[in-house]
Amino acid sequence: MPRLRKPITGVDPKLLIKDAAKLLPEPSRRRFLRGATSLGALALLTGCDIIDGDTSENALRVVSRFNDWVQARLFNPHTLAPTYPESAITRPFPFNAYYDEDEAPQIDGSRYQLQIGGLVDNKKPWTLAELYKLPEVSQITRLVCVEGWSAIGSWQGVKLSDFLKLIGADTSAKYVWFQCAEGYSNTIDMPTALHPQTQLTLKFDNKILPTAYGFPIKIRIPTKLGFKNPKYVTAMWVQNNDAGGYWENQGYNWFSGL
Amino acid sequence: MTIEAATNTPTLSDAATAPVIHPRWVRLTHWINALAMLMMIGSGWQIYDASPLFGFEFPSQIALGNWLAGALLWHFAAMWLLVINGLVYVTLGILTGRFRRKLFPIRPREVVRDFLAALRGKLSHDDLAVYNSVQKLLYAGVLLAGVVIVASGLSIWKPVQFKWLTAFFGGYDTARYVHFAAMTSIVAFLTVHVVLAFLVPKSLRAMIVGR
Repeated sequence: MPRLRKPITGVDPKLLIKDAAKLLPEPSRRRFLRGATSLGALALLTGCDIIDGDTSENALRVVSRFNDWVQARLFNPHTLAPTYPESAITRPFPFNAYYDEDEAPQIDGSRYQLQIGGLVDNKKPWTLAELYKLPEVSQITRLVCVEGWSAIGSWQGVKLSDFLKLIGADTSAKYVWFQCAEGYSNTIDMPTALHPQTQLTLKFDNKILPTAYGFPIKIRIPTKLGFKNPKYVTAMWVQNNDAGGYWENQGYNWFSGL
Repeated sequence: MTIEAATNTPTLSDAATAPVIHPRWVRLTHWINALAMLMMIGSGWQIYDASPLFGFEFPSQIALGNWLAGALLWHFAAMWLLVINGLVYVTLGILTGRFRRKLFPIRPREVVRDFLAALRGKLSHDDLAVYNSVQKLLYAGVLLAGVVIVASGLSIWKPVQFKWLTAFFGGYDTARYVHFAAMTSIVAFLTVHVVLAFLVPKSLRAMIVGR
């Protein structure tokens, strides 16, 4: 799995370390099966302690992998997410992350470069000036958060499938992996990366992405839950191994398709 | 398992010769459903807490999964049990004619009459094989709530792939309220159902041993 060892261009290293500390989930969260007292009756009924412990946690993860497979089968590359008129845009559009808004990574756009790697012909890093010159697509779609709430936003940028073509990516590879400035990461399946609405997003509501919404790059995927839409993207790798992701590794379903 | 042990153990001699009220498939699907419902409701409450629709949260002591990711894992695992078991139950209920015999017809006049009798404590449960009109209405109603909760759940889970279904429920945000309302009606049914099962213990026995 490719990992960026060298400092990421345009990222404050102090901030990176600060955020990396947050990567360690709270101990209480790690064992998410504890305290499942509503099933106390069930434990009594079956006479065995199946609620706590690694066995059921592993069993649940197996089902979650099965659900990944089911969702990949349900995913239709031609089915478009519903689009909305401008009047439907949620204002103000919510900021959401596992840190506060004032802790969001501050990236120096003039020094920033998008790193490219893996199964691609041209691994030349991209500056923002170069990216802003590429043909722009726009969408007004609903972002659905894993927490349940949703919000409608307006995003502009480059069609990711076009960008993958441009850099000579091997689109028969299985995954695309994104690394973010604050230590966040995501792996998505190639069919989703090639979906016509999947976007390498540079603008929100026709203005350069503000820090809150992921400056300089967000990957907007209206066919996936919000946490599979990485912000502050610094690197993109095309590869055949599943590199997981920040939340996926903590138990959120990997595919998380809508 | 409790169910198997109970069915194989000889019970009171008169009970052994009494006609079967609930055939084995009804009892089996009933208890599997009870288990699946407990898991779905418990994890659903934990999921609700991540983004409450109303001004309250469910105490995590009575919810399942400990935090959002755990609850989602439970919810999307138990859904298979709920749906597959539900399909078996509904298919057999239709094919064997049990739904038609036991639940229909439901006449409003009889529902009112039986409901008033129930309030006065004068509704007979002598013959467990025959449902009174209030029972018929509640059992048919909770079946409908079951269909609504699965369909609305599917529309929240897959608002892009099944966008027609999400639109049917009034859009993504409204579908969440529909899902919640269906849960509420099932929990309300469950409360009455469980209280009455303990008030009329032979009905509970019938759902375990069949007679």
